[in-house]
Amino acid sequence: MDKILISGNWACGEAAIRAGCRFYAGYPITPQNELTEYMAEHMRQAEGGTFIQAESEIAAVNMVLGASAAGARAMTSSSSPGISLKQEGISALAADELPAVIVNMMRGGPGLGNILPSQGDYFQATRGGGHGDYRTIVLAPSSVQELADLTMDAFDLSDAYRNPVLILGDGMTGQMMEPVVFGKPRPRRYSEKYVLKGAGEGRSRFVRALILDALRMEEHNWKLVRKYNVILQKEVRFETFRTGNAKLVIIAYGIAARIAKGAINRLRDSGYRVGLIRPITLWPFPAQIIRDTAERIGSFLVFEMSTGQMLEDVKLALEGRARVGFYGRPGGIVPTPAELAKAIVQEYQR
Amino acid sequence: MQIKTVFAGFGGQGVLMMGYSIAHAAMNEGLHVTYLPSYGAEVRGGTANCTVAVSDEEIASPVASQPDFIVAMNGPSLMAFQTRITPGGTFFLNSSIVEGRPNRADVTLFEIPAAGIASELGSPRVQNVVMMGAYVKATRLVSADTYLRSLESILGARKKAAMEVNRKAFSAGYDYID
Repeated sequence: MDKILISGNWACGEAAIRAGCRFYAGYPITPQNELTEYMAEHMRQAEGGTFIQAESEIAAVNMVLGASAAGARAMTSSSSPGISLKQEGISALAADELPAVIVNMMRGGPGLGNILPSQGDYFQATRGGGHGDYRTIVLAPSSVQELADLTMDAFDLSDAYRNPVLILGDGMTGQMMEPVVFGKPRPRRYSEKYVLKGAGEGRSRFVRALILDALRMEEHNWKLVRKYNVILQKEVRFETFRTGNAKLVIIAYGIAARIAKGAINRLRDSGYRVGLIRPITLWPFPAQIIRDTAERIGSFLVFEMSTGQMLEDVKLALEGRARVGFYGRPGGIVPTPAELAKAIVQEYQR
Repeated sequence: MQIKTVFAGFGGQGVLMMGYSIAHAAMNEGLHVTYLPSYGAEVRGGTANCTVAVSDEEIASPVASQPDFIVAMNGPSLMAFQTRITPGGTFFLNSSIVEGRPNRADVTLFEIPAAGIASELGSPRVQNVVMMGAYVKATRLVSADTYLRSLESILGARKKAAMEVNRKAFSAGYDYID
């Protein structure tokens, strides 16, 4: 297959359509507008495809819920403030056990913040985001190629677990162009029995999350937990980079992990023994590899474009087994590899 | 090898196209490449810019805090970026429009009257491709042949006539540099 030069936002849209996404609803917001734009143009060329520019982010996610209940592969996207608005719908999707893919190209926050690349939505993404006891699978690409690949995977994962999957990119992942080779879509495996298509002669069915009886509600909660436990067992993804013989290991995800690789390559050239663990799934979080690494390495440095959110998951994973430092730049600042390298050297010499 | 270039100018000068076309050509030569448009709160008639990183290995950051090359298609672009260029870096100035010159002694300067050459060719719009001719010749990031083939595939079959004038524009810029 041919390599094409394409932006992250467009690649995400193209990968979704190739993966069989046939319903997209969204509402404009920078820096993910080009994804909505791409869907507006290309969804109507896909057989059976529907594109809706909704009246709001809330409407868009609820349209996705309806389309998913009716059996469509469905997706919505936004950026940080818009994702906040979608949380009610994401909670409902999780409660109803409906598949859906939600893309967040994060920007600086809190509030309306700015439109520059940021990683401030980690807590929101990995703790469910809306109300109630639930989780979403969170995938964090660090290149346009990986964004395209993970978008395809997201649809399969959300079908397999009947659970919303979040793709957590940022303004940079969405805006930059890189060469991409699109993977081959896999045929959809999703049982018809979950699809609402009119009762006809049979018994009526409901998809709903209003369970007033406490015991039945509790049972539903534990059922979701059993599912989440399977995800924790089976779906963890991460990359390790130059961790062999390392004295200090950086932990970073998404665009920050690329910057970390640049810094690590420089430092390795000058004899510093540093490496990287890059979580690809933020939930389920790759806690085990971090714990295992702590058996031979005494200190870690978490690097995020936030004030320190994944930092908490790293500390939880380590349970005090190793020293954890932190370097962060929130608010839309993208540090250079040279700047990060300085911070790493400081930590290294501690 | 890792080279970062900022292309900057007025909206409408084809600045993003310059970056996109060289990124495309670099991809076709099998190099690693990132293209990052500026997408801030821009104003009509303001300065547009994009950053292209080309490397023979993975690119860490698509941002250029210290660009190696700066292509300034108008005066404000020179003002905006001259402090950021890396020591020993290279400026390409659209000298038919840009009146100022860099306030840095540690840079190489190419003055290309791209707008003037394009006008002589009867098509002021191709000033960006004139500049790309000079840029490709001077930087040798990609071969002229690869660049032109990329440009042709970007313009598409429906623009055969446009390719003719672009080819002329590219040659004029290419030949302007020794």
